[in-house]
Amino acid sequence: MGEVSAGEPEQPGTRAEAGEPVIATRALTKRYRGGQLAVDGLDLTVPAGSVFGFLGPNGSGKTTTIRMLMGLIEPTSGTARVLGQPMPRATRAVLPHVGALIEGPALYGFLSGRDNLIRYDSADPAADPRTRRTRVASALDRVGLTAAAGKKAKAYSLGMKQRLGLAAALLQPRRLLVLDEPTNGLDPQGMREIRALVRELASDGTTVFLSSHLLDEIEQVCTHAAVMAQGRLITQGPVAELSAGARGRLVVTTPDPADAARILKEQGVADVVVTDDRVTGEPPERDLAEVTAALVTAGVRVRGLTVERASLEDAFVALTGEGFDVAG
Amino acid sequence: MSRAEASASQGSGELRDRSRTARLRRTTFRATLLRNELLTTFRRWRTLALLAVLAAVPVLVGIAVKIETGDGSAAGPGSGGGPAFISQITNNGLFLVFTALAATLPFFLPMAVGVVAGDAIAGEANSGTLRYLLVAPAGRSRLLLTKYATVVVFCLAATLVVAVSALTVGALLFPLGDLTTISGTQISFAEGLGRALLIALAVAASLIGVAALGLFVSTLTSSGIAAMATTVVLLITVQILDQIPQLHALQPYFFSHYWLSFADLMREPVYWDELAKNLGLQALYTAVFGSAAWARFTAKDITA
Repeated sequence: MGEVSAGEPEQPGTRAEAGEPVIATRALTKRYRGGQLAVDGLDLTVPAGSVFGFLGPNGSGKTTTIRMLMGLIEPTSGTARVLGQPMPRATRAVLPHVGALIEGPALYGFLSGRDNLIRYDSADPAADPRTRRTRVASALDRVGLTAAAGKKAKAYSLGMKQRLGLAAALLQPRRLLVLDEPTNGLDPQGMREIRALVRELASDGTTVFLSSHLLDEIEQVCTHAAVMAQGRLITQGPVAELSAGARGRLVVTTPDPADAARILKEQGVADVVVTDDRVTGEPPERDLAEVTAALVTAGVRVRGLTVERASLEDAFVALTGEGFDVAG
Repeated sequence: MSRAEASASQGSGELRDRSRTARLRRTTFRATLLRNELLTTFRRWRTLALLAVLAAVPVLVGIAVKIETGDGSAAGPGSGGGPAFISQITNNGLFLVFTALAATLPFFLPMAVGVVAGDAIAGEANSGTLRYLLVAPAGRSRLLLTKYATVVVFCLAATLVVAVSALTVGALLFPLGDLTTISGTQISFAEGLGRALLIALAVAASLIGVAALGLFVSTLTSSGIAAMATTVVLLITVQILDQIPQLHALQPYFFSHYWLSFADLMREPVYWDELAKNLGLQALYTAVFGSAAWARFTAKDITA
C-alpha cells in the first residue's frame, strides 16, 4: 500500500513540502466490547494535498475509522498517525489543525447558529478569544449562513444544520479537513456548492478526507480513494488508477450482431455478449482501428464503435463482486 | 520519502507544537471554555426553570406562615413541627432565609443540582455535541473540570436564589430587626445578615458532593435523562437509608448526613464540629467521585 503514495506521480513539485502522509495507519484494528470486529487491520495512507475519497457501504467501518483518527475511540491494536503524530496521544497538538464533520452535524438547539460556533470555537484552546467574532462571522459567510446566524439552531433545516457543521469545521485554516457524508440532506444546488468548496479548499493546499457512499460524488471531486467493506480495506490509490483497474468495454452497435460477434472473437475480443443490436466485449490488446477494418472488410455494417470508460462503480463491483449498496 | 525528510518534517512539527503549547497555556488561563459553559448553562430554559422553582419555595412558605398567623399568634405549636426556625418567622423576616434553606436542602436543591450535574456530560453525548467539543479539541480533562466548576457555580447560584428570594419575601411580609440565636443570645440585624450569608455558603458547599456524584453518573451513560434520573434516585435512597437506625455505622459516610449542621452557624458561639465534618465529607465525595469520573471519561470510547 505504501508504494501508492510513494510513487504518486501527480504533484512532484509538492513532494518535498508534503513529506509524510497526512494520515497513515498501520494494522489499525477496533474490536468493540461485544466482540464485533468493526475495523480489521487497516493500512491507510492519505497523501498530503490530496482530496481523498473514503468509500464503503453503511456498516463497513468508515465511521469507526474516522473516530479512531480523531482520537474519540481508542484502537484495539495497531497505530494511527495524523499530521505525523500518533493518535489519540497527540490530540491536543493535532486537532487544532483538523476540521471535522463526523456523522452529521450536532448543534445546541437552544443557541443561535452564531452562538453554536462561538461555543465550538471557545472549546479550542488554541483559538484566540480576541478574534473569535471575526472568525465566526467569516465561517458563517463562507457557508452562506450569515442571514440566518441569529436564528435558533433548532429552527434550522437539515441542510442549514449541515452548513453550520461545515462552518464549525472551517473556523480555523486547517491542514486536514475530515468530512463524513458532507452532502447528506443537501439539495442538488447545496451539493454543488459543497463540491465547489471542497475543490477551493484543496486548491489552497488543505488535504480533504471525504467519506461518502455516493460513488459519482467521489469520482467528481477526489484525486485519491480507498474502498472499505466489512471492516477491511479493499483497495486504495489515485482515482484514475482505480477505475483503470476495471477495464472499459468495447461496444459495437450494428444491424448484423451475429456476424459482428464472430469477427470480434476472431480479433481477440474476449467475453463477447450480444444484446439486440449491441455487441460488447473486453477490448483487445491490438489497435482498435484494425478491429474496425476487420469488421468492415467482413461486410458487417457498423453504426458505432466505442470503448465505454469504466466508472468507479464498475471498479467497485469488480473488486467486491457485489453491488455497492449491499450492506456488509 | 527518505529518512532525512521524515525527521526534518518531524522536527518542524515539534517546533510548531512548542509555540502552540505556549499559546495554549495563555488561553486556558483565561478560562474561555468555562466562561462559555457558564453562559450556555445559565441561558438554558431548563436552568432558569429550576431556579424559578427554587425561588418560589420561600414565597410559598412565607405566604403560608402569613396566612396561618394572620391573627397574630405564633406559627405552629411552639417549636414543634415544620422546618427549623419556622416558628420565629413572624417575629423576624430574616428567619425565612433559614427556614427556606432548611426546607429546600433535603430535596429541591440537590435535585436541581442532580439534574444539572447528571446532564453535564451525558446530555452532550446524547445530542452529539460531545464529539465536536472533543475534536475542537476541548481536551477531556479540561472539559470535565469545566463541567464540574459549572455545576459548583450552579450550587452557589441555586442557594443564593433561595436565600435572596426568602430575604425579599421575609422583608415584605414580616418585621425585620435584631434576632435571637439558638443559644438564646441577641445579635444585631447586620450580624444576622452576615450569618445568613455564611449559612447560604455552607448549604452551597453541602451540595458539591452530590455534584461530583452526578458528574460521575453522567460519564457512565449517553442518555441525559437516565443520568439525571439515576442521580435523583441515589439522592432519595441515601436520604431514606440515613433514617434507618440499623445503618448507624454507615450513616456518617452518607453525603447528606451532616447537611443540617448549617443551623450550628446560628449558635453563639458557633459550633464548628459538625460543619467541619460536613465540609470534610463533601471534599471526600468530590475527590472520590471526581477521580472516578476522570478515570472513566478520559478512557471512554465516544461513539455517540
